[in-house]
Amino acid sequence: MALTAPVNKIIPFSLVDGPGSRTSVFLQGCNIACAYCHNPETQRLCVGCGTCVEQCPAHALSVVDGVIVWDEQACVGCDTCISVCPHRASPKVRVLTPAQVADVVVGYQPFIRGITVSGGECMLHPDWLRELFSLCRAHGLGTLIDSNGTVPFWDKPELMEVADGVMLDVKAWDCATFERLTGAPNDTVLRNLAYLSDSDKIEELRIVVVPGWNDPQDTIRGIAATIGSAARDTQLKLIKFRPFGVKGELARAASPADEEMAALAACARREGFERVEIR
Amino acid sequence: MSEFMDIITASNLTYNQKLLHLAQAAENCEHPIPTTPEFDYFFERDAICDMHEGNAPYRPRYNCCDMEKFARQGSEFLRLDTPDNLDDLIMNLEILYQNVPSVTSRPVYVGQLDRVFDPFIADLDDDEVLVRFKRFLNYIDRTVASGYCHANLGPDDTRAGRLLLQADAAVQNAVPNFTLKYDPERTSDDFARLALATSMACANPAYANHRLLKDTFAVPEAGYDNGYTVVSCYNVLPVRGGAYCLDRVKLSQLADLATSTEQFLNELVPQATAALLEYMNARVKFLVEDSNFFQTSFLVREGLIERDRFVGMFGVIGMHECVEKLLGAGHRYGSDDEANDLADEIMTRITAQVNDFPAVYSEAGHDRFLMHAQAGFGDQLASTPGVRIRVGEEPEVFFDHIRHSARMHRFFTAGVSDIFPVEPTAAHNVDALLDVVKGAFAVDDKYLSFYPSDSDLVRITGFLVKRSEMEKYARGEAVLADTSHDGEGNWRANHLGDRKVRLG
Repeated sequence: MALTAPVNKIIPFSLVDGPGSRTSVFLQGCNIACAYCHNPETQRLCVGCGTCVEQCPAHALSVVDGVIVWDEQACVGCDTCISVCPHRASPKVRVLTPAQVADVVVGYQPFIRGITVSGGECMLHPDWLRELFSLCRAHGLGTLIDSNGTVPFWDKPELMEVADGVMLDVKAWDCATFERLTGAPNDTVLRNLAYLSDSDKIEELRIVVVPGWNDPQDTIRGIAATIGSAARDTQLKLIKFRPFGVKGELARAASPADEEMAALAACARREGFERVEIR
Repeated sequence: MSEFMDIITASNLTYNQKLLHLAQAAENCEHPIPTTPEFDYFFERDAICDMHEGNAPYRPRYNCCDMEKFARQGSEFLRLDTPDNLDDLIMNLEILYQNVPSVTSRPVYVGQLDRVFDPFIADLDDDEVLVRFKRFLNYIDRTVASGYCHANLGPDDTRAGRLLLQADAAVQNAVPNFTLKYDPERTSDDFARLALATSMACANPAYANHRLLKDTFAVPEAGYDNGYTVVSCYNVLPVRGGAYCLDRVKLSQLADLATSTEQFLNELVPQATAALLEYMNARVKFLVEDSNFFQTSFLVREGLIERDRFVGMFGVIGMHECVEKLLGAGHRYGSDDEANDLADEIMTRITAQVNDFPAVYSEAGHDRFLMHAQAGFGDQLASTPGVRIRVGEEPEVFFDHIRHSARMHRFFTAGVSDIFPVEPTAAHNVDALLDVVKGAFAVDDKYLSFYPSDSDLVRITGFLVKRSEMEKYARGEAVLADTSHDGEGNWRANHLGDRKVRLG
C-alpha cells in the first residue's frame, strides 16, 4: 500500500519558510501541544464528531461512513469549521501520497527553489518525507524540514541523506519549562540539536519569546554551549510571540516589548551568533 | 467659460500645468491630420483613441536621447563643454533635460544612468557620490515632475548602479522611474538583491527581461549592447531614437460593437486595426515632413537622436473586458482556457495585420509599427490596461498569473508589463523575489514590477505616484507632479488599492 500522510495545506509561495521562494507543505497532526501554537487546528487528526458539518454555512462538509468529507469546490474558505472544532483538528485535510504532493510542487517550478515541509509535526511521517524529498530532489528542488525536534533525526540516515537541512524550533532549554509550554519533555530536542549541528544540517534555529513562559536567554546559552563555534554561521530567529490564532491560556497574552527582543539579540551576539534576526 | 478660461482660472493646477494645458488646447485648434470615415466611425465610438497626443504633433511622443554620447561630447547648441568631472556632467544633464521635449513636454527618458555616470566617479568616495546623486534625483523629481520620466540601469553590476539604487531608496521620489535590465547571465545575484531591496523600499526599480529585449533593436556601432531603452510606462524603444506616437485600439469598447465573436474577429478587428494604421501613417508623415522637428532640433544635429531610429507604437487596451463581453459572464480572463485562447487569437490577428502594414519612416521597426500593451492613464473606466487581468480577478496562485502574462507578452515588442504589490515582509527575503524574477523571465515574461503593499509610492499603470499626493489633489489642492492627476482618477476608477497582494 502506498505511503500517505494527512496534508493540511500546500502554500505555493512562502516567504518565511527558509531561503528564497519555497512551497510550504503543512502536515496535519502534532505530537505536542504548544501553548503559543498559532495554528492549533493542525495539532490533531479529525475524530469524525461532525460538529463542523452542522455549522458549515456553505454545506461543504458531510459525513460518509463516519468520516468527514470536505467538498473543496463548495468550500468558501470561511474557516468556521476550524473555529468550532472542539478537537484542534480540521476537516479540510487531504490524505496524499508523496507523488501527489510532488506533482503539485513541481508544477510551481521555475518560480521556487525548494520545498519546506512543516506541521503539525512532519517528522511523524519520516518515510513519507523521505520519498517526497527524493522526488523533489530529482527535479532539482531543495528540501527542508521544519520540526519541533521531538522525534529523533539521528536514527534516520536515509531521510537525512535527502534533506538539505532542518529548521528547528528549540522553544526552551530547561526541561520543566519546555514541558509546561508543550506538555512533553525536551531531551530528544537537545540530542537532535547536537546531532544536526554535528552533521551540518541546521538551516535555522528558532526561539519564540513568550513573556513569563520561557527563558530565552537560558535557551540561547544552552544552544551556544551545544553547537560551539557553529553558532557563528547558524541563523537564529528570535520570534515575538503574537496571539493571532492562538487558543487557550495564551489567547490574550501580550507580545514581548521591542526592547526585550533587542536585548535578546544582543545576548545571542555575545554568545557567538552572527546571523540573528528578530521577527 | 471657454476651455481656455477654464484652464486659466483653475484652482487645482500649478502655473506650469496651466501653461502645458493651454499649449495643448491651442494645438488642438488646428486639424492638419486627415482622417478616414472608418477612423471617424471607430473614434467617435471610443474604440480607437489617439491618446490625446494633440492634433498637430510638433515633437515626437518620446525622445530617447543617447545620454552616454552626450556625456562624451557635451553640446555645441547648449554651449556645454565635454564634462571632465561628475559635477560638470550632472549640470550638463540637468541643462539638457530642460531641452528634451516629449508628449508631456518634459523628458520621459533621462538616460541609462549607471553607464552615464560610472566613468565619472572613480576618484570620488561613496559618500561624495551619494550626496550628488541624491541632489540630482531630487532635481529631476522636482523639475521634471512627471511620473512618465524614466531611467535605466543594468544589466551589469556597476558601482554607479549600486550608488544610484542607494540614493533612490534614500530620497523616496516618484520621479524618475527606474528599470533594471536583468539578465541572469550578466546581472550578479548580489546586485539584483540590492535592486530588489530597493524596490521594497521605494517601489523602484522595475525589471526588464534583458535576454529577450536586448535584440529588439539593432545598434550600428560597436560598444553598445543596449539597443533598447525602457521609457515612460514601460515602452521599449530604440536608444538614440524614440517613438513618434502611440495610438490604440480599445478592445473593450470595440467589443461593444460586436454582434458575435466571429464578426468581431473577422470584421471589427481588421477594420479598426486598418483605420488606426492609416491614421498613424498620416500622423507620422505630418511630424516628419511638416512639423520641422527633425529638420531643426539640435538633438538631431548633435546625434543624440536619429530620425531613422524612431518608431510608431500600435497600442491595445482592455483585453479583459473585451473577452468578457464576447464570451459572457462565467468566462474569466486569466483563469479560463476559453477566455485566454480567445485573447490569444485576437492578439494573433491584430499582430499579423500590424506586421503586414507598411509603416512610413519606420526603419528601426523594419518598416512596421510596433505592438505596445498600452496601460492607460487618467480615470478610464472599464478598460483594464493592455492585456492585464482586471484587479480583483487575478488567479489565486501567483505563478499562474505570471504564466498568463508571459503567454500574452510574446505579442509585444514595444512594451508590456505587469504590476504586483507584494507583502511588506518580502523585504526580509529578497531572495524569494529574485526567485520570482528568475522564474518569470525563464518562462519569457518580459517585464514586471513590485511595490510593497503598504508603500506611499504606488504604481498606477506603470508610472509611480505618492498616495499622499493623490489624496491632496483629490481634496482640490494643486500638486507638483501632474501624474498625480492621472493617478488619482485611475486609482479610484480601477480599484488599484485592491490589487491582489502577492507572496502572502
